[in-house]
Amino acid sequence: MVDTSKPEALIENIDHTPPKKPWEEVPPDLSAGKFCYPTKKKNLEYLSLPTTTVDEWSPADEEWPLPDNWQQIVHDGFKDLLGKYRSLKIFMDTCVRCGACADKCHFFIGTGDPKNMPVLRAELLRSVYRNDFTRAGKILKKIAGARPLTKEVIKEWFTYFYQCTECRRCSVYCPYGIDTAEVTMMARELLTLLGLNINWILEPAANCFRTGNHLGIQPHAFKEMIEFFCDDIEEITGKKIEPSFNRKGAEILFITPSGDAFADPGTYAMMGYIMLFEQIGLDYTFSTYASEGGNFGLFTSSEMMKRLNAKMYAEAKRLGVKWILGGECGHMWRVIHQYMDTMNGPVDFGEVPVNPITGTRFDNAASTRMVHITEFTADLIRHNKLKMDPSRNDMYTVTYHDSCNPARAMGLFDEPRYVLNAVCNNFCEMPESTIREQTFCCGSGSGLNTEEIMDLRLRGGLPRANAVRYVHEKHGVNMLSCVCAIDRAALPPLMEYWVPEVGVCGVHELVGNALVMEGEIERTTNLRFEPLNEEAEVEADV
Amino acid sequence: MNAAYLYSLIAVVLLGLLAYAGVAVAGLEGLFGIFIPYVALIVFVAGFANRIIGWGKTPVPFRIPTTSGQQKSLPWVKHDKFDSPYNTIGVIGRMALEILLFRSLFKNSRVGFSDAGGYQKIYYKWVVWLWLFAILFHYAFLVTIVRHLRFFAEPVPFFVEMLAKVDGMMQVGAPGMYLSGVVLLGMAMLLLVRRIVLPKVKYISMAADYFPLLLIIGIAATGILMRHFAKVDVAAVKELTMGLATFRPAIPEGDISALFYVHMFFVSLLVAYIPFSKLMHMGGVFLSPTRNLPNNSRAVRHVNPWNYPVKTHTYEEYEDDFREKMKEAGLPVEKE
Repeated sequence: MVDTSKPEALIENIDHTPPKKPWEEVPPDLSAGKFCYPTKKKNLEYLSLPTTTVDEWSPADEEWPLPDNWQQIVHDGFKDLLGKYRSLKIFMDTCVRCGACADKCHFFIGTGDPKNMPVLRAELLRSVYRNDFTRAGKILKKIAGARPLTKEVIKEWFTYFYQCTECRRCSVYCPYGIDTAEVTMMARELLTLLGLNINWILEPAANCFRTGNHLGIQPHAFKEMIEFFCDDIEEITGKKIEPSFNRKGAEILFITPSGDAFADPGTYAMMGYIMLFEQIGLDYTFSTYASEGGNFGLFTSSEMMKRLNAKMYAEAKRLGVKWILGGECGHMWRVIHQYMDTMNGPVDFGEVPVNPITGTRFDNAASTRMVHITEFTADLIRHNKLKMDPSRNDMYTVTYHDSCNPARAMGLFDEPRYVLNAVCNNFCEMPESTIREQTFCCGSGSGLNTEEIMDLRLRGGLPRANAVRYVHEKHGVNMLSCVCAIDRAALPPLMEYWVPEVGVCGVHELVGNALVMEGEIERTTNLRFEPLNEEAEVEADV
Repeated sequence: MNAAYLYSLIAVVLLGLLAYAGVAVAGLEGLFGIFIPYVALIVFVAGFANRIIGWGKTPVPFRIPTTSGQQKSLPWVKHDKFDSPYNTIGVIGRMALEILLFRSLFKNSRVGFSDAGGYQKIYYKWVVWLWLFAILFHYAFLVTIVRHLRFFAEPVPFFVEMLAKVDGMMQVGAPGMYLSGVVLLGMAMLLLVRRIVLPKVKYISMAADYFPLLLIIGIAATGILMRHFAKVDVAAVKELTMGLATFRPAIPEGDISALFYVHMFFVSLLVAYIPFSKLMHMGGVFLSPTRNLPNNSRAVRHVNPWNYPVKTHTYEEYEDDFREKMKEAGLPVEKE
């Protein structure tokens, strides 16, 4: 066991040499720290999902609490998915195992575990597919790469499909576009049929179903939290802001991940949004019902995703808004961009989004009626609607982490960069193979941001952290900006471990810092209440 | 692993010997020259169609392109038309680049660790080899197939003649050596060596990876042997193949080398094997939903044919849960 308290030791001990034994004969490591805690039964029950046979169990247990007909359940579920998703069929059938994906996965790079090579991760499922559904597999069995579904296989699935962050990096390099995120989503859907999900996914999902957000913040508390930020804003800028909640007749409904209301540094991004909207006089409202941008259903099943997502359109319609503006979040934007309209549309409210300040029509969101905050802010800046003082971010040399989903499931690359370049003076990019469509995951996406697998998360986040370290050493970067709430929760411990000199922020925190508000007092601190001028000299030599 | 490689090798050698002995010893020209090729063709056509129809009939519930470039959003943001296509033309461009140039594979890189600079650094190095082997392999295969049309058409179409002329441009030996045949054999061997030598690729390789490669090596090798060493009677071969093509199959008078039947048998095996194997990637690459869909899902609604109503937590239920707290906090409510 490597001593993870020493980063250099961890990295030097990574071995990419495959083991001697063939992978089919290597059992998954289910010792403590290697698996996510399974979900509490109450979450399954609350969401009307199939349950395990006992309440309390651990993946380390020899015998897992599966129903007697578990094999039939998985087989039938698999068959059902194959009938519903061309993607699954194609991805099961076409892989030639060329190996191009092998070292593209952050978990493989950080662990050296061959089952973290995307090709093998998919083979875990594919081998069962061949056994159950293909002629060659039924006749030739092992020779054709088929293997029967055993309890060992289920353990392996649980281990490795909760060790994939659905970041889609491998699919960029695959000559057939095989997307491991899709494979993992299908596998998790199958595991969920047996009640095998993890608590860090299903607890937020259950919370979200009931209270409208992952963190289980109730309506009055949500309002209080936002008002608390407004007090901070007032202290910093002298501006008193009173946002509205659940207000009918507002032009725009604003939805952002609840993480932005809950924990630093997301809260600073939240302050940035509020300040921006106040400055331009936006007619918008928060909703306590649709108080979550994120969607942990995405990590559970397409049905759960749809159930949780439904609130957005329902609330937009109830409040009678024209369109929805969405905050900084990664997987939230995958759901909005690629799933929402299909699942819960066609919309029956509002109109094609128009920026009321600039008059820009967002035709790219004509059907979904939802615009990304950096698209919105970039448009404002482009039209000179905002007065900025980027020197207020001079204490930072900033780099930008492309969050997986906005990058590879949306193509949001230049909007946030445009905003960043307008709000800070010192910006530089990480190496090319680690940004944009080649960006590396924080290592904690798709519901894996859970404490018990910290060792895995640090390893999975290593490629990202290492690229940050590179620009830190080379250009003095000390701030890692991003547009994802999971990042804002996952990257701070990652930086703390690998590059402790670098902080993490949302893009709109920097917007909030730089934004010159009408009638504001002279600012002496940034949104973190750090003095504005102290560090200027330290960074002067950069 | 080793066993998978060995089994495949043994299988291909035995199959080759089977055809050789079948013709040379048992005189089964009709079986290997007519019956098996026809059966293989039927299996291929039926199997391939079955697969494609199977895929085609399966819905594409969501529009899930992998975006590898800037989306189309604001008019002044430079949109990447091929890596993030917005319409059908863009998708056709992306697919053409993918299918004709193996663009994704071209991006391949290798990860490594280095401690230059005083700390452990991960680096990513662009590597061209897999792409190069693969694209040469596939194009050589294509040229070889087109070149073989001269055995199935009389008169030989002009483009086949032309291609053969270009392919034989090197003018090595007599009859002239075809570049495509040599490249096909060479690349298949390199792809095989890669599988055996590179530890990671070796670890993921199965019999189903070695077998078709070895079969193709067998096909190319017997082809080259026939042309340059065994000097098979080409006129007789063409008589046979024309008979097959015109559905008047007959084994010609005179002696075609048994080597030819080995070649023919390997080709038949490969063709019949396609629908049941990873070689279906030739069809699948056209249908991959992460590549062949435009990235315009916010602008144009994608319809999921099996979309069904689900149980949600409605606003009314939510307000029922929290009404008192909402009222107390001054939040508007629907029902007092």
